[in-house]
Amino acid sequence: MPRSAIASERAVIRAETRRRWSLALPALTVITLCSILPLVVMVGYSFMEKGQYGNVEWGFSLEGWRAVILEKDFFDDSYIPATAHLTILGRSVALALLTTALTFVFGIPTAWFIATRSPSTRAFWMFLITVPFWTNLLVRTIAIQEVIRADGTLNRLLLATGIIDEPLQMMFTNGAVLVGMTYVYLPLMVLPVYAAIEKFDFRLAEAAYDLHASRFYCLRKVVLPLMWPGIAAGSILVFIPALGAYVTPRLMGGGRAMMWGNLIDLQFGQGRNWPLGAALSIALTLVVLGAMVWYIRRVAKGGESIG
Amino acid sequence: MAEKRFDVTHMPGVATIAIVTFLALYIPVLILVVNAFNASDTAGRWEGATLRWFAAALDNTAFRRAALNSAIVALTAATLSTVLATAAALAVTRGRHIKGQGGIFVILNQPLLVPEIVFAIALMVVLAQVKQATGYQGLGYVIVAHTTFCIPFAFLPIRARLSGMDLTLETASMDLYASRFYTFRRVTLPLLLPGILAGFMLAFVISLDNVVVSSLIKSPGQETLPTYLMGELRRNLTSEIYAISALLLFASISIVAASWFVTRTRQ
Repeated sequence: MPRSAIASERAVIRAETRRRWSLALPALTVITLCSILPLVVMVGYSFMEKGQYGNVEWGFSLEGWRAVILEKDFFDDSYIPATAHLTILGRSVALALLTTALTFVFGIPTAWFIATRSPSTRAFWMFLITVPFWTNLLVRTIAIQEVIRADGTLNRLLLATGIIDEPLQMMFTNGAVLVGMTYVYLPLMVLPVYAAIEKFDFRLAEAAYDLHASRFYCLRKVVLPLMWPGIAAGSILVFIPALGAYVTPRLMGGGRAMMWGNLIDLQFGQGRNWPLGAALSIALTLVVLGAMVWYIRRVAKGGESIG
Repeated sequence: MAEKRFDVTHMPGVATIAIVTFLALYIPVLILVVNAFNASDTAGRWEGATLRWFAAALDNTAFRRAALNSAIVALTAATLSTVLATAAALAVTRGRHIKGQGGIFVILNQPLLVPEIVFAIALMVVLAQVKQATGYQGLGYVIVAHTTFCIPFAFLPIRARLSGMDLTLETASMDLYASRFYTFRRVTLPLLLPGILAGFMLAFVISLDNVVVSSLIKSPGQETLPTYLMGELRRNLTSEIYAISALLLFASISIVAASWFVTRTRQ
């Protein structure tokens, strides 16, 4: 190719690169200014000194990060584990994992059920799963709250049938938060698992079965590997919002069963400890990113080679 | 689960769990809707159907203002994010790989990688400075915040639609001396329209439903429907709250139905 042709080819590529970058630029600017920059500010705040009335004061300090796990003893100023914070962080991880497990227990059979219906009724069942997915999370939390609160539907039912004599106090407990989160996040498990099962050629399982594979062997060696990408995607889709949940634990758990997101909010409100709140925010973001990286490394790539 | 039997269509355990799951999903919502129509103001006793609570809500100025704010925010944020996401999707989805394409992709999806509460608080901290510096207290902040987190949601279906479209028609149009803009307007845009519509609806619903970001970014006295509802909840569950919840529910369901219809007619 003559040199001038190469040069003009390069110019074309350069022009196209410029044109396409400028197309993406407005969106990139908005996200950089409103999402990435504030996050950088938060990283900075987590290393600053706490202001007396909220806000921060200039000056480097690790106090915010230390306060995540340690607190000063009231009497002798030595550092002891910050039990209150650690309890909340531990509860958040535990409840997020349990929510994932429960959505798994209910979600997988549901996805399987939908995927094995005839194509015409499948659309109807899928519609039933998509509606809650699109419905306001706050409204769905109110709905489940109405069922389990002290004078709610469940208690009235149990009282009327004489199973209990006094209403059960279910609200503002870890269990209430767990029920609430399982209820609101369930569709997030069903949708990706359904997508994986739907692609599955059931003749493969039948073939394995015909070749005298036991049901369990067939399930483990044929069905599960094909469902695995969907299960992993569903687990990530449930675990991540559950870990950082704010609305559901606030309504179902109140002050007694607080979660990580509520603790962050508290530091920027009544707590007036912005460096601690910033450190908690960055820590939560890092855990979420870690989960995401694990997913992309272990599952998204492996899943492609299987499917 | 499926450990013991392996006949695809006859797994009684699976069907039972699935039916229980569907019932568990829908019964609480149905109870809520029934309560919204219940003439009695104590939720347990049914005293006939009434529209009284809906009327009471619609009569309430605070509710009407919140509903108007929600509509303004969701419409503006969905429109802006769809336009931005469409341009960005055109930039990164097709043609040869350009320098920095992976980076553009990561930035576009960045709001999805950050927990909502962290996104909201970080933006609140920054916008507090802006509010102080400019003195402006309007809905603009909420709109900008919503536009930001709606971009990746709008981007998703638009990109999916674009990557399924081949370049033949556009190349043909360009070969026939149509200008780049004319080709975009008469060839690309009509083909892309279902994706854009789906992106807009997704962004609209995501914005309409949001409570965390709105409640932290809004100026004092401003309310959207979800933040208004959240505030009312602090008192007690009342029939009016059920009515407002039911209204939000109907809004979401009609949007799903509409998007269902759009995807149906496309096929």
